[in-house]
Amino acid sequence: MKTRQKRLMLVGFGLAALLAITALVLNAFSDNLVFFHTPSEIASNSVPLERTFRLGGLVEDNSVRRGEDGVTVHFKVTDTAKAVPVIYSGVLPNLFREGQGVVTVGQLQEDGVFRATQVMARHDEEYMPPEAAEAIKQAQRERARTVERPEGL
Amino acid sequence: MIAEVGFFALILALILALVQGTLPLLGAARGDVALMSVGRSAAYGQLAFLTVAYAALTWAFVTDDFSVAYVASHSNSLLPLQYKISGVWGGHEGSLLLWVLILGFWSAAVATFSRSLPREVLARVLGVMGLVAVGFLSFTVFTSSPFERLLPAAIEGRDLNPMLQDPGLIFHPPMLYMGYVGFAVAFSFAIAALIGGRLDAAWARWSRPWTAVAWAFLTLGIGLGSWWAYYVLGWGGWWFWDPVENASFMPWLLGTALLHSLAVTEKRGSFKNWTVMLAILTFSLVILAAFLVRSGVLTSVHAFAVDPDRGLYLLAFLGVVVTASLLLFAWRAGSVGLGGRFSLVSRESALLSNNVLLAVAGAAVLLGTIYPLLLDAFNLGKISVGPPYFEAVFMPLMLPLLLLLGFGPRLRWKQDNATELLWRLRWIFAFSFVVGMIWPVFVGQWSFLAGLGAFLGVWIIGTSLHDLAYRVRPRSESRQPLTTRLRRLGRSYAGMQIAHVGVALAVIGITFVIGYDDERDVRMAHGEVIEVGGYQFRLDSLDRVDGPNFVADQATVSVFDDGQPLTTLYPQMREYFSQEQPMAHTSLHRGLFRDLYVNMGEQLSADAWVMRVYYKPYMNWVWTGVVLMGIGGFLAASDRRYRRRAQHDDQGLLAADDAGTAGPDVPGDREQPRPTGAG
Repeated sequence: MKTRQKRLMLVGFGLAALLAITALVLNAFSDNLVFFHTPSEIASNSVPLERTFRLGGLVEDNSVRRGEDGVTVHFKVTDTAKAVPVIYSGVLPNLFREGQGVVTVGQLQEDGVFRATQVMARHDEEYMPPEAAEAIKQAQRERARTVERPEGL
Repeated sequence: MIAEVGFFALILALILALVQGTLPLLGAARGDVALMSVGRSAAYGQLAFLTVAYAALTWAFVTDDFSVAYVASHSNSLLPLQYKISGVWGGHEGSLLLWVLILGFWSAAVATFSRSLPREVLARVLGVMGLVAVGFLSFTVFTSSPFERLLPAAIEGRDLNPMLQDPGLIFHPPMLYMGYVGFAVAFSFAIAALIGGRLDAAWARWSRPWTAVAWAFLTLGIGLGSWWAYYVLGWGGWWFWDPVENASFMPWLLGTALLHSLAVTEKRGSFKNWTVMLAILTFSLVILAAFLVRSGVLTSVHAFAVDPDRGLYLLAFLGVVVTASLLLFAWRAGSVGLGGRFSLVSRESALLSNNVLLAVAGAAVLLGTIYPLLLDAFNLGKISVGPPYFEAVFMPLMLPLLLLLGFGPRLRWKQDNATELLWRLRWIFAFSFVVGMIWPVFVGQWSFLAGLGAFLGVWIIGTSLHDLAYRVRPRSESRQPLTTRLRRLGRSYAGMQIAHVGVALAVIGITFVIGYDDERDVRMAHGEVIEVGGYQFRLDSLDRVDGPNFVADQATVSVFDDGQPLTTLYPQMREYFSQEQPMAHTSLHRGLFRDLYVNMGEQLSADAWVMRVYYKPYMNWVWTGVVLMGIGGFLAASDRRYRRRAQHDDQGLLAADDAGTAGPDVPGDREQPRPTGAG
């Protein structure tokens, strides 16, 4: 009887621990998923504030401005349909260029400016960040649809 | 011509791998000695041909043979010689050739060092390794030959990616591959044992040194990669939870679990099924890592040219290995008896907890790595899982693991007295607690993470020393000198202790650098002084300098410690002739308690740049910890008993179970003289 109780206790303890660990992992997982959004989605107000997400697209031509301190950078990320102003403080990647693909991680502020904590550009000549490509593809698809609709009517 | 010789040698190696993967297994099934002995010669032959193939590719690099497509895209006539040699593994095809060469090397090593194994066992192990080699060699030959010609030949090569032109890269891939591929040996031993139906303590003892060596290489390989990323990528980061890093970390976590579970199987005969399962899973994760890196599903520094065929092949290979191993497991494992019983407070339960925690950690990393890829593959949206997830999961998993690490080596097998042990360790616990409260204050403001890190680090080191003192304490009946008593503990024990101290140092380093690093991206103008982490940095001059295959803007930055000159740093922004992209070259001042790190960002005007000026406390503790873990692994694998006992295993297998309990790192036998040559 005593060994059986002991074993039951052991099994119960193990199960409880396993449950706790699973809960911990899944909870951390759902809390820290980082979604991807395009400039068009932000323009349509479908993106929540105060949640970190990734924003991808092209760096708009003639949009890059250095702040007074030399460290703060303002630029716009566009998917060729809509553009979002971005503010970032720090060193930009070597291959950050106007007209090139870029992915930024950060949060949308109430004033509509995206405060980026991380800026990623391509790291060789051929590579376009997949998320930047995705944003442009979506915008083009959207545009194609709005053009087609009047014709169908 | 040389390239064709290389390709031909590669095909011959594949044919020999086919022979090695079939005949010895057939021989073992039929009891045919002649067929069984084919395995060893096939392994040697395979290694010989792979060496020829590898030498041929190296020759093409050294002689700038740009008619070979792979050389043309990964080398350049201006490339320094050492990078021409290491450039061989700078891309997908060449690094795969290195991978199969190392696999051939491991096969030959097993053939050489396992002469004392029973004939059937060795034949099966080499047979399974042959099958693994067939998988990787046919992948190389059919999808990724580095010997393809480029006609007409290129006049100049496209050059090795400048990021890879670094001493860190010379050693990172070979070390890492030694580790990855080394787990193929543990896997082969496990599969061979399942085929033979003999899953016993002897099997665990045979595969234990191989696992330890593979683990040590993998540890060092991952550490080198991190060390390289730290100063080459120029962000001062050393671990990014990047999918490719995770790909190497998952087999490491499971491999660590395997190492500990093998100890239980060897000493107590328990956990047999679990150990076999871990060996299978670890190797499966190695193939998964190859898939993640080489299929093009990821984009990172490591991702090679995108080719769907390659991904599909590796995925199919992974599927075959996992399915076949698990079927075999389901069919055979049921017949394996349970080992010795143990109670709640025993070394077995401590190691079981270790295994559960490490396996869960591995599963959590797998979830975070694979889930975004799966969603993307099925077009369900793009998400990413960043460092916060992994950090949130790892802290609570590592805390009990590291706490238990202090108790584990002190616990007796089978059953121990919890209160007595706790009482014995109470002063170490109290001391570690006090250190955890005080130490971080000397570095910065006290933080929970750093306090916890210091507490756990000191706790692990303290209990290790306590255990050592306990084991070499003078005993009345034997008056041996201290050195003899130390030596009697054996290398297995020494390796374990060194590796554990390595863990402690790494934990302290990691928590301190996370807690107290000071990273500033600042505008630095000529003559201006910036203060970071209590040090003053002054930009003295900006110059143009020439390198062998690049020109660079170089900044001269003087560093002062409270006004006293400390050192001068020379970060550069390099432009390689063959690349359009400039690349920053970090300048570092390393020290025992901190690194100072300066990296050039962007030019703002003629005399001003944006620079990264970082203060990284205790960074070198992390690297030292990793190196100690590696040394510990090698030391443990070189223990005498693996060499000596091998000859006796053929006979008394059951006896080995009992003899195992009297091994050198068993508290139970402390009062008895250690049996020599028992078996």
